[in-house]
Formats: sequence, C-alpha cells, structure tokens
Amino acid sequence: MVEPLLRVQRLFKRFGGVSATDDLSLDVLPGEIHALIGPNGAGKTTFIGQLMGEIRPDAGAIHFDGADIGGFSTPKRVRAGIARTFQITQLLSDQTALDNVALAVQAGQGHSFRFLKRAAEDSSLRAPAREYLNAAGLGARADVLVCELSHGEHKQLELAVALATRPRLLLLDEPMAGLGASESRAMVAALKRMKGSVSILLVEHDMDAVFALADRISVLVYGRIIASGAPADIQADAQVRAAYLGEGES
Amino acid sequence: MDDPLKRAMAPRKNVRSVLLVALALVVLAVLPQLADMFEQPALVSLATRIIILAIAAASLNLALGYCGLVSFGHAAWYGVGGYVVGILYNHYVSGDPLFGLPLGTDQMLITLPVAILVSGLFAAVFGALSLRTSGVQFIMITLAFAQMIFFFFVALKAYGGDDGLIVRRRNSLPLIDTRDGATFYWICLVIAIAWFALLRRIVASRFGAVLAGVRQSERRMAAIGISTYRYKLAVFVISGMGAGLAGALMANHARFVSPDMLHWTQSGEFMIMVILGGAGTLLGPAAGAAVLILLESQLAAFTEHWQVILGPLLVLMILFTRGGLSGLWKLLRGGSNG
Repeated sequence: MVEPLLRVQRLFKRFGGVSATDDLSLDVLPGEIHALIGPNGAGKTTFIGQLMGEIRPDAGAIHFDGADIGGFSTPKRVRAGIARTFQITQLLSDQTALDNVALAVQAGQGHSFRFLKRAAEDSSLRAPAREYLNAAGLGARADVLVCELSHGEHKQLELAVALATRPRLLLLDEPMAGLGASESRAMVAALKRMKGSVSILLVEHDMDAVFALADRISVLVYGRIIASGAPADIQADAQVRAAYLGEGES
Repeated sequence: MDDPLKRAMAPRKNVRSVLLVALALVVLAVLPQLADMFEQPALVSLATRIIILAIAAASLNLALGYCGLVSFGHAAWYGVGGYVVGILYNHYVSGDPLFGLPLGTDQMLITLPVAILVSGLFAAVFGALSLRTSGVQFIMITLAFAQMIFFFFVALKAYGGDDGLIVRRRNSLPLIDTRDGATFYWICLVIAIAWFALLRRIVASRFGAVLAGVRQSERRMAAIGISTYRYKLAVFVISGMGAGLAGALMANHARFVSPDMLHWTQSGEFMIMVILGGAGTLLGPAAGAAVLILLESQLAAFTEHWQVILGPLLVLMILFTRGGLSGLWKLLRGGSNG
C-alpha cells in the first residue's frame, strides 16, 4: 500500500450553526489526481482553506508527507510543498504575468533581503518563470499586465504561480470556472501534461473535465463525503446521482 | 493601443525623462549662483528646506506608496532624528555627560549616522508592535505611538520641553564650512541624491518586489510561501531611518528642534507630500514636497488663511489627476505624444 501524500482525518469546521466541514476524511496518493466535487456551498473552498492553514479547523488532523502540519502557518505549508490556486483569482494586478510568476520563484529561493540587484534582470528568476508560464499555456502573454489579461488567462496564471512554488501537492479551486470551451480544453491539456509529476486535489464543477482527469473522485455534500471511488463507480452511484449529478445540473 | 507600439515609444519617453532629471539636477546644482544672480538670497534656504522634506517624504513613500503601509506617525522618526542632533550638541556645549559618558558632539559625520540609527531603533520597536495590526487600526496605532513620543519630548524638561532646543551652530565637517548657507545646501543636495539613488535600487530589487506584492495582495504572498511580517518591519525601519536622516538635517538647517517636529500635523504634511506628488513613484514625493512648500510660502504672503486656498487645491489635484503630480505629468506627456 502506498503511503498517501496528504492524509486528512476527521476534520470538523462550524461557522455558527452551519457545518462547513463535517467529519471529513480524505487522502491524496503520490502522483494521483483526486477530484472533489459537490454542489455550491458544500464546503469545498473552506476545505482548501483549512488545508492551506488560512482557516483553522475545529478538530481533526492533517498530515502531509507523514508530518502533522496542523500547526503550520500558510507560508510554512507552501514551503513544505503545498500550493493552491484561487477560485477568485488573487494576482498582483499592477504587474506583468511574468512578474507574478518570478516573485513565486523568488519566494522559493530563500529570503528576499536583497536590496541592490535588479530583480527584473535576474535570469535566475525570469528564466524559470517563463518555463512555468509555458507549462500553464501562457508563455506568449508573459509581458502583459495582469489587469489586461482575460479571465481565462488569469486562471492559467494562477496555475503558473502555483507551479512556481514547486509543489508536490497542488490544490486547484475550480480552475475551469468561467472559462470558454476552448480555454477549458487548454486547461485540461495543461493539467494532463502535469499528471504524475505532481499530486492534485481538484475541486471542479465541470464534470467533463473531472472525468477526463481524475483517478479518484470524492463527493462532498454539506461538508460531508457521501461517496468516494473510481470515476466509473461514482457515475454509477445512485446517492451521488440524486445529490449532485441529477437532472438540471450543468 | 497595441503592445509593439507601446514598446517602440517607451525608450523615447525614458530618454526624455532622463534628460529632464539631468536638467533638474544641473539647475539644483547651480541654484545658489542663480539665487545670487537674481538677488533672491532667501531662495537657498527655502530650497534646502524642500530638499530635506523631500528626503523624509520619499522615505515615507517607501512604506506607504510601495508597500501599502499607511503610517500616520512618520514625524516621530523625523523628530527623533532632530533631537539626536540637538541633544548631542547640547552635551557638547555644556560638557555634561550623557548616559554617564562624554558623548556630546557637533561632528556631522557622527551625528547623522547616530540620528539614523536611533530613529531606526525607535521605528523597529514601535513598528514591531504596530505591524501586528493592519488597515485602519495600523493608521491609528502609528498615530497614537507618534503622539506618545511627541508628549514624551514635551515633558522632557531637561531638553527644553515645549520650548525645544537651540542648536547655536551647525554641526561641523572636516575641511568644509557648513555655516555657509550655500555649502549646507549642497551637502543636503548630495545626501538627497544618494538617498533617492538608494531608494531606486531598493524598489527594483528582490526586496522591492516583495514590497509591491505586499501592497497588492498579502493573501497571495502567503500562498507563495512568503511570511510578510519581517519584510514589513524591515521597510518600516528603513523608512524610519530616512526620516531620522531628514530630521537631523533639519535640526542643522533650522538650528532648532522642538516637539513640533513630531506633531501629528507634521505626519499629515508628509502624507500630503507623498499623495500630492504621487504615491509609489520615485520622484513624486520630491515634487510633492516642492509644490507644497512653495504653495505654502507663496500663499502665506497673500493671506494668513492660506490653508483655505491650499485645501481645495489639494482636493482638486487628487481628484482630477489620479496619482497626484506624477499622474498629471503622465497625462501631459501622454497627450503630447499622442
């Protein structure tokens, strides 16, 4: 049995009377894409927030690569090898796509108390940054300001920035949301190219993308996992069909 | 506008900016001679004041404009720098020991670095506490700490309390006569040029990239693995050191220090200079300092209620130029190119 890279055990989080995470246990194996699906408000983004240390869970344990990371701050988790993308993109809008990625590369090279050398001409930052942009399919738009990029390109840039932290586990929060059909296909292709080299927890509504990419799927409803298994099993599961894949779902 | 066009035009704009800065430097360098020629002896003193305040405003801009830390207590570090000069001079004249040691001095080569260090130390202590907060709380707590330091100096009767301290003679330098107004002007000019050159390097460095990131999204910084606190503290200290340098120069220029230097209205003036000139631009604060001081001195000649005119003027400036004088400059330059 392979040791999971991420193991979440019995995680709980309540906001007032609402149970956002309810006895949630889940693992991600090395190299796999584990998709987490569920209706809006199921607590998917809250769950990612807890994995990243942005939100503190009420109870439960999170192990990454064998170590208990429950007490780690967000930056420390990132340095340990977890990265996320944001559903509502969090980018540096006054700067170019390349600047955004170069800063993430810089963050991975130790402290930034370097005051005199020009960062914009530092090839040890810019060259790797270009590669990550290429990997995310955004190489041609490297020098465009973020505020002038399209929504789809923002999503690609989110991915490039996350990759630049050289994660072993990537938490993707709805990378296809709001993308057009061709942008969606490009994103699926980019993720397929990465498959195997990095483990991915994929939160996504786009079922075509999920079934094209995932090795395993878990279904989250009201903070609870109601089903987990291979894509074919999930598609066949009657409970899941009723809760989520039913009529009227787009 | 498409990208190739923009890229083709960029170098020409840069050349023009460089030429303009070079021209400004030449004018500044010969300003004392020009003042002589046009028989405006007060001009040198006024220009010295502007240059010193520009150093302080530029240092605030590093924290406020580049890193987004709205510090409303910048005058505290400025005043502390001034008091270092005043207190050291006071002990030098009286011969009384300071902290039990004969530390009094009037040597600028000692007083300026000491002022920078002490201001930096103050900024480090109060910054370490203030930076636990953010947003409006940060503005209020920096204001509160600065007022605390203000009242400390008001109560400090040994060094003049409310009345302040007179520095009868400017600090001296080996081989150079600092008592000459033009000479002191040139000293301030050289220091200011060095300070702006250093700031230019800092904002383009890796450290500067982190500052820009903190300004735009702290959440993003955390998500790429950067703990922002120590960078914010570092920029707060550097900013405080710059203010301390300016305060020390001002103590020499005015030959007087008083708690007024630390008052919150002085902090407000520094903020106005930064915002008027253009926050987050290198030379904006210098332009802001120049315009504010010139307006003050010109309007004050007309009426004692000059603030009634200055206030609306500032509001209009900020409303319609987006980015202060730098924004206005960009608008004009863009227009002439288009």
